[in-house]
Amino acid sequence: MGGGSSGVNDDAVYLDSRVLLRTPRERLVYAALAAALLALPFLLPTYYVGELSFIFIMCVASLGLMTLTGYTGQVSLGQAAFIGIGAYVHANLLTLGVPLPLALAGAAAGAALAGLAIGFPAIRISGLHLAMVTLAFSILTEHVLGRWKSVTGGHGGMPVPDPSLFGWSLGGPRAFYFFCLVVLCVVLLLLLNLLRSATGRAFIGIRDSEVAAQGLGIRVGRTKVLAFAMSAGTCGVAGALLAHQTQFITPEAFGLALSLQLVLMVFVGGMGSLRGAILGALLIGLLPSLISEFKALLPRRISEQSGLELFVYGAVLCFFVLIEPRGLNGRWLKLRAWLANFPMVRQTSSRPTKVYMHSERSR
Amino acid sequence: MNRTHAIEPQLAQFAQLALQGLAAGAIYGLVALGLVLGYKATEVINFAHGDIVMLSAFLGWGMIELLHAPFWLALVAGTVLVALLAYGLEAGIMRRIVGQPQFAGVLLTIGIGFMIRGAVSMSFGPDSRNYATPWTGQSTHFGALVLSDLSIVIVAAALGITLLLYLFLRYTALGVAVHAAAQNQLAAYLCGVPVKRLNSIVWALSGAIAALCGLLLAPITLVDLGLWMVILKALAALVLGGFGSAPGAIVGGLIIGLIEQFAGVYFADGVKDMMPYLVLIGVLVLYPRGLFGEAHGRRV
Amino acid sequence: MRAMADSQPFAPAPPPSAGVFFEARELNLSFGGVHAVRDVNLHVERGEVLALIGPNGAGKTSVLNLVTRVYDASSGSIHFEAQDLTRVPRHEIVRHGIARTFQNIALFEGATVLENLLLGRHRAGHGSVLAQMLNLPSVQRAEAQTRRCVEDVVCLLELAPVRHRPVSELPYGVRKVVELARALASGPRLLLLDEPASGLNAEETRQLAGWIEDIRIELGVTIVMVEHDMSLVSAVARRVVVMEQGSVLMTGSAAEVQSDPRVIAAYLGT
Repeated sequence: MGGGSSGVNDDAVYLDSRVLLRTPRERLVYAALAAALLALPFLLPTYYVGELSFIFIMCVASLGLMTLTGYTGQVSLGQAAFIGIGAYVHANLLTLGVPLPLALAGAAAGAALAGLAIGFPAIRISGLHLAMVTLAFSILTEHVLGRWKSVTGGHGGMPVPDPSLFGWSLGGPRAFYFFCLVVLCVVLLLLLNLLRSATGRAFIGIRDSEVAAQGLGIRVGRTKVLAFAMSAGTCGVAGALLAHQTQFITPEAFGLALSLQLVLMVFVGGMGSLRGAILGALLIGLLPSLISEFKALLPRRISEQSGLELFVYGAVLCFFVLIEPRGLNGRWLKLRAWLANFPMVRQTSSRPTKVYMHSERSR
Repeated sequence: MNRTHAIEPQLAQFAQLALQGLAAGAIYGLVALGLVLGYKATEVINFAHGDIVMLSAFLGWGMIELLHAPFWLALVAGTVLVALLAYGLEAGIMRRIVGQPQFAGVLLTIGIGFMIRGAVSMSFGPDSRNYATPWTGQSTHFGALVLSDLSIVIVAAALGITLLLYLFLRYTALGVAVHAAAQNQLAAYLCGVPVKRLNSIVWALSGAIAALCGLLLAPITLVDLGLWMVILKALAALVLGGFGSAPGAIVGGLIIGLIEQFAGVYFADGVKDMMPYLVLIGVLVLYPRGLFGEAHGRRV
Repeated sequence: MRAMADSQPFAPAPPPSAGVFFEARELNLSFGGVHAVRDVNLHVERGEVLALIGPNGAGKTSVLNLVTRVYDASSGSIHFEAQDLTRVPRHEIVRHGIARTFQNIALFEGATVLENLLLGRHRAGHGSVLAQMLNLPSVQRAEAQTRRCVEDVVCLLELAPVRHRPVSELPYGVRKVVELARALASGPRLLLLDEPASGLNAEETRQLAGWIEDIRIELGVTIVMVEHDMSLVSAVARRVVVMEQGSVLMTGSAAEVQSDPRVIAAYLGT
């Protein structure tokens, strides 16, 4: 039973297990990825650099929603509201002359406050009810943004000043790319650290069994509100970046469509993993471009109408719900396990166990 | 003499608003009724319900304007077609996610809704269109009040369908089986009720109601892709009336309709559009049971 | 680690005083017309294993739920180590030193065994939210400390082979053990087990009996368990409380209880 006898060595082992990149192979892979990401803006045409910047922004938003839904189990069909609030707060602060980093912080704070406002009443609400409350909140926010003309310019939209840091303009495609990449990396690291610490475990506890979590000392209400605030703040940062990307913001851009797009990203990516958030954002963010390429192949009558994108979104969502509920991340893990076990692969090890839920009506 | 004349216009306006509110509310209630039926059977809120309403409207347009079918034929054919579609939806797709958490059902129906909306947009294009009904352009006067004939028909249809549904659930063997399955699926199954097929039948009924809503509503609001948004107000009606309650759905719809009309006149500009969502959030946060809903307990 | 002296098998309930370990007095619970717990008096002595038996619906789990504050008692009081726990908030129970397992296994299904156990130690502080986000050295030290404590439990309950496996993949028996380990990880002085042997085969039950003894002797933890398996009860329990329809029928040693005619009529059968 001598678990605690060799104190110092064990500590080293435990601390080691918290290092992010453990094996040399992982370090190599991520180093290559980093090199590629740094080199791409100099290799690709400007249009694609802009696309990648957009993907980075969607990654940030997706990470925010993943923290709330994937880790804490709180359904939210209304994250676009926080993105929108972040965007407008940021634009207003910049217009008032506030320097860029402070305006970003302001966007995060403003959105986080809105997250608190929704988080408190949401403590006692879960599942379908919460989905509907967040849905209504998203629509309401779009309305409010449209009506509050003095602050948002209403439906006419609001121009966004160019981002600049210490006199250097970050508005150009390459500079903006690196700006978004840096923000994404910072957000990713902060969330990664949080989610593998006690707070992250508390989130998972609430998601999987509130009663057990309470029995272990987790303050469920407080933690849920924290999750909402963190998620909203992250989406607020994404909103600020999005404002710069589009350079002109209107309330319609932050409505139900964006909320559902985000949910798609998080679900398709794989609930409960940050890697899933990134993968999902990548796929769903690139989908419009992929569809445009595909449109050229279709008969003119279908490709001319705007419904194709919506149809594909729906098809992708249905596919993942029915066939691969663990999302892209689930596929990734299966692939990794398959590669590790080859040729001793068992078919049954990759089939998800069917778990039947109690009726949620009597919950 | 002078006094009554002074009061009359105000009263008349009030009554007119109330009438319009009830007419609009009847639609919301009817859409919500379709939603509730589906929910009672499979515990899934069909987020594609609004898109089914929209699809029905387009199908109706297609039959009336392209195939030159008479209105009544289009009404019946459209209802039957969409009911079959809903049946197939439940039997073929929704059944596969039985037992999974509610989130799966929410996402799946949202996905189906997207597909329907996309398909309709690709097939018919984005323009609004309209078709003629026997009551288009006519209105009836009740003293100082006026209401379009179409609205009267809609209210009558809502009442009629509600009554038929009530009689069906109460007095026919199939209806009683539906009721039983909604309360306790396992017990119903053990009593010989074919629960799976019943769920599909209930979804077919829900689809039929959606189709009637679409076919009757479209001439008022125009056959338009935006028709799917009626589900948002129906959700507010559903929540207000109480989650599993069919009469609650209708009553909730009527109240939402009334609130909208009066908010439009007595509140600031634009508040009217926000009212259904404020009601939804308010009810779920403050009194989640709704008006007629069951109390939810917590079991450890 | 305290040495355990054998406690008397059956002692009359003492009046509440500073030395009382755990006592529930005149506990009542009714909801919606159901009187689930009626005037239950229960006292637990430090270091013993107390079994709570009775037919289904007798109110045994309800008593556990009352102690862990999942339910609010309609009347009565709960005292633990001279603290009044009757109205304490749910999340503070573990801080007072009481942990539990659940009848239907309430593990964190989306996490690994290790993460479940680490959560058991949640009540030990791990730094502020900001410190965690920045992975400050203080946070790293706290995490290492938690890991060390958890590894002790892993060793005790032989969970090392499944340490990094997702809980959802594990067989039923192992999941029961993980839930026990998680409760232990919180460092309780009183452990409430709700049907720990249900669903276990004979060999697993024997192993469980061994662990209960280990927990009692080496960790000095007092155990109250709701149980149907009389072989386990006879093996480990010093005292047995029999409940029926919400009230206590009798209290005694395992042998006394098993031969009592009232208990046989109500629950055990011939």
